[in-house]
Amino acid sequence: MTQQFVAAEIGETAKLLADDPFWLILIKVVAIFAFLVVMTLFMINWERKVVARMQHRPGPNRVGPNGWLQSLADGLKLAFKEDIRPVLADKWVFFLAPVISCIPAFLAFSVIPLAGEVNLFGEQTALQLVDLPVGVLVVLACSSIGVYGIVLSGWASGSPYPLLGALRSAAQVISYEIAMGLSIVAVIMFTGSMSTGDIVGAQATTVLGFAPGWFGFLLFPSFAIYVVSMVGETNRAPFDLPEAESELVGGFHTEYSSLKFALFFLAEYVNMVTVSALATTLFLGGYHAPWSGEFMNTGWWGLLWFIIKTLGFLFIFIWLRGTLPRMRYDQFMRLGWKVLVPTSLIWIMAVAVIRTGAIQQLSTAQRLIALGVVVGLVLLVSFLLPDKKVQDTKGVPLAGSGFPVPPLDLVVPKSAPKRKVKVATLPKETAAVTTGKEAE
Amino acid sequence: MSLLVSFLAQQPEPVQKVVDTVTTGEAITFWVLGPLALAGALGMLFARNAVHSALWLVVTMLSLGVLYMVQQAPFLGFVQIIVYTGAIMMLFLFVLMMVGRDSSDSVVEVIRGQRLAAALLGIGFAVLLVGSVGRALTSVEPAGLAEANATNGGNVGNIGTKLFTEYLFAFELTSALLITAALGAMILAFVGRDGKPAKKTQKELVEERFQDGKRVGSLPGPGVFATANSVATPALLPDGTVAEESLFDVIEATDKSTLSDDVAEVAGTAHEPDAHALKGSES
Repeated sequence: MTQQFVAAEIGETAKLLADDPFWLILIKVVAIFAFLVVMTLFMINWERKVVARMQHRPGPNRVGPNGWLQSLADGLKLAFKEDIRPVLADKWVFFLAPVISCIPAFLAFSVIPLAGEVNLFGEQTALQLVDLPVGVLVVLACSSIGVYGIVLSGWASGSPYPLLGALRSAAQVISYEIAMGLSIVAVIMFTGSMSTGDIVGAQATTVLGFAPGWFGFLLFPSFAIYVVSMVGETNRAPFDLPEAESELVGGFHTEYSSLKFALFFLAEYVNMVTVSALATTLFLGGYHAPWSGEFMNTGWWGLLWFIIKTLGFLFIFIWLRGTLPRMRYDQFMRLGWKVLVPTSLIWIMAVAVIRTGAIQQLSTAQRLIALGVVVGLVLLVSFLLPDKKVQDTKGVPLAGSGFPVPPLDLVVPKSAPKRKVKVATLPKETAAVTTGKEAE
Repeated sequence: MSLLVSFLAQQPEPVQKVVDTVTTGEAITFWVLGPLALAGALGMLFARNAVHSALWLVVTMLSLGVLYMVQQAPFLGFVQIIVYTGAIMMLFLFVLMMVGRDSSDSVVEVIRGQRLAAALLGIGFAVLLVGSVGRALTSVEPAGLAEANATNGGNVGNIGTKLFTEYLFAFELTSALLITAALGAMILAFVGRDGKPAKKTQKELVEERFQDGKRVGSLPGPGVFATANSVATPALLPDGTVAEESLFDVIEATDKSTLSDDVAEVAGTAHEPDAHALKGSES
């Protein structure tokens, strides 16, 4: 199973990118910026339309063709609104916070490979701005700086609700970043490199002859943990506790208006696009088509596959928002620390063992013995676990007071289908209508 | 931030570069980030507000992180940003925000001789620092990372190899230290329920409430068989007797004579208003 993964050449994309002329880098920077802004405008509209469809209503359909320009109009309107700064706000930090949250969001996208080798204006290059040897860490670093924007905005607003939102956000992002980082570790172990270009390159294989060798299938637990923690990391429903509008008014951005608020909005959606793009890169084979071979799988085709996969993740974001209610804060923290982090730690151990076994070229007998030992250990531990206490099911009698109180485990029987009741209709008569004037 | 952008955009691939001289880009980055880091450090010292201090420190840490990256240690640079600015400073900010925005430095000397000791130690540290930096500037030959970055799996691979072979013991010691610290913090911060029984769950509470034989529903009000709907009127059971549970404790305990006026008023036997009363005596 392993030989396929070692085959990927380390640093191939980096070499391709190393001789980019300055004008090409500039074009890429502008293109990435434009891509993210357009994706934001598109996402807001798409989200409103999809959620509307899920709730049986039409959604925005007035501005532009089919309402697709609604978010553009909203954005323009937002820019011309009055910029309000509360009296108690900390002037500079209040101003800096939206900027801090916005810039890293854009920055993180610089390491995402959008497509493989293409010919751009006569220059052979990859559709990626940079390919650092520590590429994945760039995304983590950017998200850890981006959260400063949220925390500082809450503090600088000088009002209690934003502060509560900021505190929640600080705890939330720290705990979910750990889960996110751990879920990435398994991918790095399989690739042998942290560069995003190499990670995508390592997934250009097939398993069992036909299935794509994407890490999303091979390392499914990592994939699942990443997807959960990416929702937590971007403050989206059902984990949108820092801006819980039913509890904290608007959360950290309660006091913001005009362009500063727009920056927060932009940062949130750009972050969503970035984590989705990273999920595509790490787990769904990046710009590779779902099949191997050259057919529709080279050059600019990569961009198509990449965008389709990213849009899939973005749809999951919308779907979650349309489906799930917000989690309670303690449930959310319990999920992060007691489920996601331990699970990924155990999973990383397992991956390490599997990798070592594969590299050492063990014989089948040795592998089976190792498997037996592991299963035996798991069984032993499971025997040592104490049994779950049997709940006393007969614990709730009727109240002693003689009141006919229903038992707690009452199952309400299904009511019989309602019979249609004939409604008597009044015979139509021309009522004698008198106006007030006649009465006078 | 824009510096970081331009840096990321122009960063030449370290795998390819095997030169150890200071390039122009590196020099420019240093002369921009060096003063910035210094300004951050000074700002941290002199800022009046605790959160502003923390933010100045973040500037210094970010500048150092970028400097590491420029000096061919990208892993160290990003770990500096993720761990120090991302996690540790965030925890600092968390605590500072809890403390409150108006808290500023206290100038009262709490420990006797604190300032003197601090000044002496500070001067000693400065001497050490100047000495070592001075020596580094004159007599130390920089080894450079270019070769290490090009061989044996590059920057990250080499750090990993070193950590898990040569420095394994130190590495494990550090982890033991950190775990001890975390456990200690948990024990210090844990508020135990000494002697107190465990908190009951919602289900246990409900069962308890039902099992005591207490009345769960509302008390009977003045029933349909009663003659009035005042709280003072007891409910009547179908056989005409008074339902004990409907009696209001306070009213039952009140001396009847204090209520006689009210009773008389309701019963219609009280003093009626009389127009003649205005005249005083009848004449």
